[in-house]
Amino acid sequence: MTELELLQAYWWLIIAVLGAALVFLLFVQGGQSMLYCHQGNENRQLMVNSLGRKWELTFTTLVVFGGAFFASFPLFYSTSFGGAYWLWMLILLSFVLQAVSYEFRRKRGNLYGTRTYDIFLMFNGLFGCVLLGVAVGMMFFGAEFTISKTNILDPGAPVISQWSSTRGLEAIIDWKNLLLGFAVFFLARTQAALYFINNIDADNSFDKALRKKVLVNGAVFAVFFVGFLIVLMLAGGVRQVAAGQFTEVNNIYFDNLITMWPLAIVLLLGVVMVLYGIIRSAFCNKFRKGIWFSGAGSVLVVIVLILIAGYEGTAYYRSTLDVGSSLTIANSSSSLFTLKTMSYVSILVPFVLAYIWYVWRKMNATPISAEELNKEPHQY
Amino acid sequence: MNDLLGVVDWSRAQFALTAMYHWLFVPLTIGLSVIVAIMESIYVRTGDTKWKGITKFWMSLFGINFACGVATGIILEFEFGTNWSNYSWFVGDIFGAPLAIEGIVAFFMEATFVAVMFFGWNKVSRRFHLAATWLTAIGVSLSALWILVANAWMQNPVGMAFDPEQMRNVMDNFTEVAFNSVAMNKFFHAVFSGWVLAAVFVIGVSSWLLWRKRNVEAARKSLKIASWFGVASMVMTLWTGDGSAVEVARVQPMKLAAMEGLYDGQVGQSLVAVGFVNPDKKPGDDLESILFEMSIPYGLSILANHNPNTFVPGINDLIAGRTITAEGDTIYGDSYADRIAMGKAAREALTRYAEAKSAGNEAAMNKAKQEVLDNFKYFGYGYLDNAEQAVPPVALTFYAFRVMVMAGGYLLLLFVALLFVCYRRTAVLEKPWLHWLGIISIPVVWICSQAGWVVAEVGRQPWVIQDLMPTRAAISDITTGSVQLTFWIFAVLFTMLLAAEISIMLRYIARTSKNNIEQPE
Repeated sequence: MTELELLQAYWWLIIAVLGAALVFLLFVQGGQSMLYCHQGNENRQLMVNSLGRKWELTFTTLVVFGGAFFASFPLFYSTSFGGAYWLWMLILLSFVLQAVSYEFRRKRGNLYGTRTYDIFLMFNGLFGCVLLGVAVGMMFFGAEFTISKTNILDPGAPVISQWSSTRGLEAIIDWKNLLLGFAVFFLARTQAALYFINNIDADNSFDKALRKKVLVNGAVFAVFFVGFLIVLMLAGGVRQVAAGQFTEVNNIYFDNLITMWPLAIVLLLGVVMVLYGIIRSAFCNKFRKGIWFSGAGSVLVVIVLILIAGYEGTAYYRSTLDVGSSLTIANSSSSLFTLKTMSYVSILVPFVLAYIWYVWRKMNATPISAEELNKEPHQY
Repeated sequence: MNDLLGVVDWSRAQFALTAMYHWLFVPLTIGLSVIVAIMESIYVRTGDTKWKGITKFWMSLFGINFACGVATGIILEFEFGTNWSNYSWFVGDIFGAPLAIEGIVAFFMEATFVAVMFFGWNKVSRRFHLAATWLTAIGVSLSALWILVANAWMQNPVGMAFDPEQMRNVMDNFTEVAFNSVAMNKFFHAVFSGWVLAAVFVIGVSSWLLWRKRNVEAARKSLKIASWFGVASMVMTLWTGDGSAVEVARVQPMKLAAMEGLYDGQVGQSLVAVGFVNPDKKPGDDLESILFEMSIPYGLSILANHNPNTFVPGINDLIAGRTITAEGDTIYGDSYADRIAMGKAAREALTRYAEAKSAGNEAAMNKAKQEVLDNFKYFGYGYLDNAEQAVPPVALTFYAFRVMVMAGGYLLLLFVALLFVCYRRTAVLEKPWLHWLGIISIPVVWICSQAGWVVAEVGRQPWVIQDLMPTRAAISDITTGSVQLTFWIFAVLFTMLLAAEISIMLRYIARTSKNNIEQPE
């Protein structure tokens, strides 16, 4: 393995870790999607304020995920964002709406009323999760694009990547992408309920309702996830065998799991942890740490899924129109110099994680309660 | 081709719209975060809870504004991909790195500690809370640093080499990218201007409190701090602005010429203090460029080169490649016609390189590669049809520059006058005219701030990367209709958010000021 290949693999791992962290932190969006069932009661306020203290972490992780992709695999950034224009614009729009809603929703003079901002939050909760799942789904099931770098020499039509005329909307109606989208959505809802159990000092009835939500959403998530996993393991893909040369491979992701068997063990471990977090939280009324088991498990699962999408020469962004345009971590990455420079910067990541963890622990030392909220002048 | 130009224009309009909205909120975040941190430091140092109350008052306004800055910021990052996908590939190897560093180093710091700022008063110690407030302010400034490094690199592309194999530029010197003099000047100029803006904001709100005779003591304290902060920030802004002018003269002389409406430069070039641009003037014709003019002798030579006896080229000089040396000799360098020819030669050589590569002809590849590299410094000119296309919109750049400078001069006088009043003529603090002066200064500082960015971004047209890539070659494969639709969606949405923010702030100030803000809740 050359130094460049090693760094490409390293940066793909970083992307996987960031993507996994993002999926975990989408519990914020999952929680937002639940707000409609708690109209106008105290529990709704507890939920919003509990989520409101974490929304920025999800938002920031999304931005960093995008930035890291830009820095390490710019051809993906260029191809996907420029091509699937409407898909990404809808995702961004939902996050723009989220960013102001917590701060504005109950402020006097907010012009549009609390209900409007809550609808914004629910819109982001639903569409943010599903559409992000759809966008990631294209990494497994392909997308309709072609790339020709020589186009840049044509002043009349200089764009190197071309996309189908529906500009990403076609991905939203692809059932395989939607399978992943809804798996992400129901995982986010399940983890939101687990987070509330951990973070809110809930009364008995609210606690019971939350545990029921864990069970129901967890079961729906399991159905979608198992469906996705079966489709994924049966899916074909393409592998780069030499520069510019690809070969089609049946069951490529299953093949990758077998070849990189430790990842299969990690995947299994992740699934078990998620199930443990869900089942124990659903049936054991005293158990409040389900979010940590489920969260850690989902992080492991997502890391494995992203790794098997990109390692072993697999095209992580397969072109369904022209196999030769497919993107692999080898043909879409930044230069050796940039990857190396960025790798020095990545040394900071553990420090960043450490202070996030430290602050999280300090701020969440005691669960949020109605009593605390009443004393808190800065409320959402 | 028509659709191509439509996409370019609408993509530019959309980027300008989102950037200008973003810059309505961000400078206030940059400056107010420091002012709040200073106020909280006084509270922690003195233990005086009145300062805690004042800190919380300004912190709440910071929070309202912060949300809009975050909301408008996410669009900007992803627009490089959605609307400028060719750009993202052509220079993503260099440009992506500062954006990723911004996220890792700055955004997480902001996102983590801002929560402590708002919700940590009763959960962490006083010192930890103060540290969180300062770390939020530092995070905000670090964020500005890396995005401005990225922006400065577009204006002065350094630390890179072109790779014909991949038809893109690759980074070869990170230090040059991160610490190039344009970036440093730009960073400090933008951050200090943000401090100025926040100082005026605090002065304006405090003036309103004084006018309504509410929380007079707190308003006076805030006014005093903001005036000191404003004077110091404005001096630094002027200093870095001067540095920016020197850098513009060095790396973007066409922008400087447009800022001055200067077509035919001379040794000892004057600076137009007041004037009107002739809208009919074109490069190479005989019309007057400025219709009415009051000038400062030698001003532009001093501004550009710190030397009154130097030559500053105008638009016609640059197009002709003409310059006058210190010895007074007229010499000719690369004219724009030469540059266009070299750009086209680079493009044609790159086409030959690609063909030779397909044919496996290494000798032809090496020959073509050398030709590409020899002409690459003017690669972007190869997309232009004539020299006039390399001239930015003169009138807009000219007027925006003057608005920025005049508003900046007014604000400096305001800060100095307020400091004088605060220490020597305290009775004047009760005069309604002073209060109204403070209040009307709020829109002035925002206009000043926006005008600065208009100069920087309009003045560098048609380049998205100076000399290497014009905006028309940087776009995505999208239809004009798609970009028009997203433009209007963002225009309506951001306007609604701005209206909501202003309304919330006004209601908050009006309501909170009825109580004693020095008495923390």
